[in-house]
Amino acid sequence: MPASALEIIKQHAGREGGLLPALHELQHTFGHIPTELVGPVAQAFNISRAEVHGVISFYPDFRTEPAGTHVLRICRAEACQSMGAEELAAHAMKILGCGFHSTTPDARFTLEPVYCLGLCAQSPAITLDDQPYARVTPQQLEALLGSAGLQPGGQVAKTEGQP
Amino acid sequence: MNPITVYVPRDTAAVAVGADAVAQAIIAQAAARGSEIRLVRNGSRGLLWLEPLVEVASDSGRVAYGPVTVEDVPGLFESGFLQGGNHPLCHGLTEEIPYLKKQERLTFARVGLTDPLSLDDYSAHGGWNGLQRALAMTPEQIVGEVTQSGLRGRGGAAFPAGVKWRTVMQAAGERKYIVCNADEGDSGTFADRMLMEGDPYSLIEGMVIAGLAVGASHGYIYVRSEYPLAIATLEEAVERATAAGWLGTNIQGSGQSFTLEVRKGAGAYICGEETSLLESLEGKRGMVRAKPPLPAIAGLFGRPTVVNNVLTLATVPVILSRGADFYREFGMGRSLGTQPFQLAGNLKHGGLVEKAFGVTLRELLFDFGGGSASGWPLKAVQVGGPLGAWLPESQWDIPLDYESYAAASAMVGHGGVVAFDDTVNMLRMARYAMEFCAIESCGKCTPCRIGSTRGVETLDKLAAANDTQRPAHVELLQDLCDTMLGGSLCALGGMAPYPVLSALKHFPEDFGLAVTAAEPSA
Repeated sequence: MPASALEIIKQHAGREGGLLPALHELQHTFGHIPTELVGPVAQAFNISRAEVHGVISFYPDFRTEPAGTHVLRICRAEACQSMGAEELAAHAMKILGCGFHSTTPDARFTLEPVYCLGLCAQSPAITLDDQPYARVTPQQLEALLGSAGLQPGGQVAKTEGQP
Repeated sequence: MNPITVYVPRDTAAVAVGADAVAQAIIAQAAARGSEIRLVRNGSRGLLWLEPLVEVASDSGRVAYGPVTVEDVPGLFESGFLQGGNHPLCHGLTEEIPYLKKQERLTFARVGLTDPLSLDDYSAHGGWNGLQRALAMTPEQIVGEVTQSGLRGRGGAAFPAGVKWRTVMQAAGERKYIVCNADEGDSGTFADRMLMEGDPYSLIEGMVIAGLAVGASHGYIYVRSEYPLAIATLEEAVERATAAGWLGTNIQGSGQSFTLEVRKGAGAYICGEETSLLESLEGKRGMVRAKPPLPAIAGLFGRPTVVNNVLTLATVPVILSRGADFYREFGMGRSLGTQPFQLAGNLKHGGLVEKAFGVTLRELLFDFGGGSASGWPLKAVQVGGPLGAWLPESQWDIPLDYESYAAASAMVGHGGVVAFDDTVNMLRMARYAMEFCAIESCGKCTPCRIGSTRGVETLDKLAAANDTQRPAHVELLQDLCDTMLGGSLCALGGMAPYPVLSALKHFPEDFGLAVTAAEPSA
């Protein structure tokens, strides 16, 4: 276990309700929350390992496995649906070759759903590595993913017209 | 010659359509042409179809250009936009744009006008006046003023803010908390985000006033993680306000203290429910608590706690500075003041519209929203987030106030308005409501945890059913909704049936039902 992990844990253990901030910082530092940190976190916060696991598994933001190099999140909420988010998500799945909550085999992209980015007047909205994009068309999405290293061809299917 | 002030919003809504690059391009062009400019990254005006909306200060007011792309920037300089020159993207004076001019902006008075983090801007636009006045008042007087204003919780439940504050004020205990619920997770809502990014000091000021009123000296702002820019803005604002003595142990030499911390959520919609939010702040799973005890009596860490939404708290300063009587002149019935409505989804002119209660959906959809973006007729509108009812055109003339909407089995909620054109299938949207509830349920109570999944299955069966099978599935669905409505611990399971039942009632044809059969009372 890296020494910095212990420092992070120690730094938050004394704060009121410090568990979420600690988990956020661990994930920010290591890209995910490694399972071997559950014990030390539990010890520092004086709670059981089960409780730590319970918190990690409750919140969609926390991951126990590393994500791909790039994380694409597509909003699935109503406002985005009204402007074609479902079609956009289907297109993303097709060109990435993976579904929601999964990572491409080359570990380059992780696709996640998100339920509202607060960009509901400019739907559909996405984030790529936490950078927000609004009014996204399938063509724009392809261009964005392309600039993040998605190889054209191969898995990339021909774009179909809007239904 | 003084530099010309150019405004390019820093709001996420502007950044998401390229505002950062536009700002860079403007700086580069100005430098190349030797024009001296002062670039201000302001909040958004809320005319979101025009973002990035670039404004140029002139003697007669700010002139608006939008939506501006990087490619437009050289042309704007060619047209002399720094002198307010004409251009196809020019909309004249910002304040004269009807969308903005017709609004009644109280909570959002400063948003879009100022540099959100500038303490000078905040003071120059009436900031801290409410707090200054509150510092000279007794807690009883502050609570009295808020009660008198008629302000109700803007998060959706519409509980009178003054009553909640009085309960906390009267509760015994040395340690009390002010918690701001900034876990704005409802689809179609972005007012909290715009306010936090565009005028963070108003929220801070409101929370300090709340602290003075109830005797709390510490507060938390719990912001959803999907709003990274709001979190960064608030953190910076807290730091600056503390340095300037508006937060801390001796606020403006008054001897009063109030400290504030920003906490980040972790992607759980349920944490917008106040008791779940408190659990999350305590570092636990966001499981809903049974009420009573009310958070006002036993809230965060078991202490008396005010939990209010962003807009509620950010409206307190204007009430204190201009008085309760000024505020209650707006609105109707028991819905007093203004509501920042959010026009979203399939609308030509989506954005933020702050109006007094009593405006109708039709005015919002057409006078402001300009009708559908797709050009197809609007069919169904969801008001109040994913747990709000679907309203058909026959209900678009009901005045938007809490009581009138409740009477129509709908809710104003947080003021989100999501419009769909006639390509939408309402059975699919009903299914989505149940699916969303299943995904986001905290799992504590059975009607929500199990009922939502059974709801998805029943709607799938209904979609595949023939004419003879259909009535049985409809009956089962209604029965299930009844159980969820009556038996759920909180609003997630308790209100998820609203979009389902309203879709079924108003759009029976999408469920394969005869129009008359499903609407016996109509």
